[in-house]
Amino acid sequence: MTHVSVAVPCRLQINGQGYSADLPPSVTLLDLLRERLDLTGTKKGCDHGQCGACTVLVDGKRVKSCLILAVSIPDAAVTTIEGIAHDGRLHPMQQAFIDADAFQCGYCTPGQIMSAIALLDEGHIHSRAEIREFMSGNLCRCGAYNGIIDAIERVVALQHRNQAGEAA
Amino acid sequence: MNVISTPVGQSVSRIDGIAKVTGQAKYAAEPHPPGMLYGVVVNSPIARGRIDTVHDAAARQVPGVVEIMTHLNRPHTALFEKAYMDGLGVPGAPYRPLHDGEIHFNGQPVAVVLAETFEAAREAAMLVRVDYERWPHNADFKVSLHQKYMPSKTRSNYVPPRPRGDAARAYALSTVQVEGRYHLAPEHHNPMEMHATTVIIEDDGAFTVWDKTQGPQAVQAYLAGALALSKARLRVRNPYVGGAFGSGLRAVYNVFLATLAAKMLKRPVRVTLTRPQMFTHVFRPEAIMDIALGASRDGTLQSMIVEGVTDTSRFEHNMENIVIWGLINYRCPNATADYKVAPRDTYTSSDMRAPGAATGVNLLEMAIDEMAYACTMDPLAFRLHNYSDTDAMHDMPLTSKALREAMAQGARHFGWQRRSMPPGSMRDGRELIGWGMATGIWDAMFSPTSARARLGQDGRLHIATAASDIGTGTYTILAQTAAEAFGMPLDRIDVELGDSTLPQCPTEGGSWTAASAGAAVWLACLSLRRKLIDMLARSKNAPPWVKQDTVTLEGGILHDVTENGPVSLSLPDALSLAGYDALEAEETAKPGLRGKISQMRKARFTHSAVFCEVRVDAELGTVRVTRLVNAVAAGRILNPKTAASQIRGAMVMATGMALHEESLMDERVGRFMNHNFAEYHIPTHADIPDMDVLFVNEHDDEVSPLGVKGVGEIGMCGTAAAIANAIFHATGRRHRNLPITPGA
Repeated sequence: MTHVSVAVPCRLQINGQGYSADLPPSVTLLDLLRERLDLTGTKKGCDHGQCGACTVLVDGKRVKSCLILAVSIPDAAVTTIEGIAHDGRLHPMQQAFIDADAFQCGYCTPGQIMSAIALLDEGHIHSRAEIREFMSGNLCRCGAYNGIIDAIERVVALQHRNQAGEAA
Repeated sequence: MNVISTPVGQSVSRIDGIAKVTGQAKYAAEPHPPGMLYGVVVNSPIARGRIDTVHDAAARQVPGVVEIMTHLNRPHTALFEKAYMDGLGVPGAPYRPLHDGEIHFNGQPVAVVLAETFEAAREAAMLVRVDYERWPHNADFKVSLHQKYMPSKTRSNYVPPRPRGDAARAYALSTVQVEGRYHLAPEHHNPMEMHATTVIIEDDGAFTVWDKTQGPQAVQAYLAGALALSKARLRVRNPYVGGAFGSGLRAVYNVFLATLAAKMLKRPVRVTLTRPQMFTHVFRPEAIMDIALGASRDGTLQSMIVEGVTDTSRFEHNMENIVIWGLINYRCPNATADYKVAPRDTYTSSDMRAPGAATGVNLLEMAIDEMAYACTMDPLAFRLHNYSDTDAMHDMPLTSKALREAMAQGARHFGWQRRSMPPGSMRDGRELIGWGMATGIWDAMFSPTSARARLGQDGRLHIATAASDIGTGTYTILAQTAAEAFGMPLDRIDVELGDSTLPQCPTEGGSWTAASAGAAVWLACLSLRRKLIDMLARSKNAPPWVKQDTVTLEGGILHDVTENGPVSLSLPDALSLAGYDALEAEETAKPGLRGKISQMRKARFTHSAVFCEVRVDAELGTVRVTRLVNAVAAGRILNPKTAASQIRGAMVMATGMALHEESLMDERVGRFMNHNFAEYHIPTHADIPDMDVLFVNEHDDEVSPLGVKGVGEIGMCGTAAAIANAIFHATGRRHRNLPITPGA
């Protein structure tokens, strides 16, 4: 049996900052963020990849950080909820979540927001039904689903306006 | 600006929004005191028996493990069961964690591994082996029904049914009869945040306990009693709660174990439950209701007989009000009901969102739909025909009941008049379309609550009460209430909640917080405003125009109009002139004499009418909810935006109740086996359509000081029935068991 005392080098970019340490291989990316780096915005809702509360971006793609061992993604760029607001300005998705009342208790919210940001990148935004389908990996027990879809659509509309503005 | 002068009633965005969307809001498992140990709980895999031997040598070998706490080595705890009693008032002998070697339920904690890292604690927990002496158990609800009983001491909030007329005779004489057994599966709350506790030891040795709870003062009282700690040296905090829905009404074992371990090792401790462990404590009880309805040919209800049973543990008598709702809400000359609890060897069932009514209203409203069809009457028309303007069970008038208006507005919005009555008559291709409706009812409660308002030199108004915002919007509506009562812009108000040291507030639940804490904040702000003007008027330095009866406070500025024209004074200047750095007022909102008399003479409820469209695949039997409309009569709505979210959220949970949620017991081991989100299905994005919430105008200045009834539970009541009734309308098949799954 491998005891947790065995340490393996871990090197990551987290919200643009370099991180390196020797870690037991059993440390998940989620527990690294929450318990060792005090980045508690990323939430633990099941630790089984079933709820999406721990969603972060790894190299721009949404992943469930509870299913990734921290030492298994050397040099990866990790973006968490703490890393998307810039210069004191909220990311449009964060603002849209507030405006659309897209949360209640707030616990699934960071995961929903990270997932929604990646969703826009993936382009699964052609209808409310499509957004629902591709957001279904993020559970919300308060049932803020309508608000979350509204928030995503607001950001989609904002992007379209911005693109139209650039084109013109 | 209008928005500033009347903030109550505006759709204000949540004031805790920025903290929540940036990840800065701190939940129970998130403070990180230096030197903190991680506790991982080991649970019993058997339902009844006694611990024979604990083998922890291998676990202790794991580097980083500091201690393995069991009933054998734990520090002193309270001896008597009474010391473990909590505010929920469930009669019986409360479960005492690690008290002795006896096992009362599967999943009972038997050990806590404490280690320097989470990974070490988790690994060691897997290495703890426990030998048990196994005793026979029963975890089968059907078997426990043979032992059903009425507790000799009933739960404090239990409402005994009051029969009227001769229901049995009237039933026998009724030309139309509907009779059936309805069933609700047990459900688990499953808030997204798992129950967790972080115990911080302050410099003076006092404990600050961050716990996921709905009542910080209740947890403080519980820990003081159960662990024999001084209340003065025990502070419980829960500024942010990641949902609870009732799972945080009673202290969960993690808070007891984390605090006990901190006491034992004199180090900070965190214990977070796993998702499977979330199925080892409270759940909504399994329930059966035998309902017999009799009516005359014209659709007039003549008789109602309701007999209900819910499960409880072997050591406590949890009770719910499931059988009374139809007797209250329908005009029916003959009605009777009976209620019992059935014991099984599990943890004690407990309150989950709209406890009692979620079960009783939904199952009854399914039977009402059956009766409407038996009378060949439109289900909405049937309900209007049997409408009661009073609390028909207590023969009491109501403070208000705008259910008729809710039915009319909901029906109009939904387009109910276009419905064709026969089941299976609204097909669209391979999909069968069904339209169903139901009504909802929930108590409108008010409990004595205190709040403090403080004006600081920075010109900000600080509101404090020991309420909990579990996602309900409490921070926001209290800020709105304070803004209106004091005359202050919303952005100059801070609200502090979730701390046992703050003014007394009952545990959050039952939809009473908005009415109760709202009233307390209102009073405290009026009191502070009076005090400020008084102090100022008495001060030699103050301008002569400051007089209690003429001065106004608006937009955070004192105003008056003198013969020389308008004058004003900022709040920081007012404080300085009065000679204070800060001024505060604390008030308690209580029913008062008039309120008490009103409570004796009039009943108070929230009502709703829910309309649903489902589409059922004719070949596969899969059900999609495609439209939901809920028209709610809940008195004054403080914030339509957050209130509508409350209603929608409950409708989502009710969709789970109707179609998905079911905790599956393996009776052989006495454990809920589907203890994760892959197997216990809560609704996802894809399951939920756009839902419309309408708030019906309902002016009621008698129900509570602010005319507020509360909106936390009402969305659960009726929604599951509306879905079930829509499935009948789509398919012509009656389902009397919830959830309705394709295999059913």
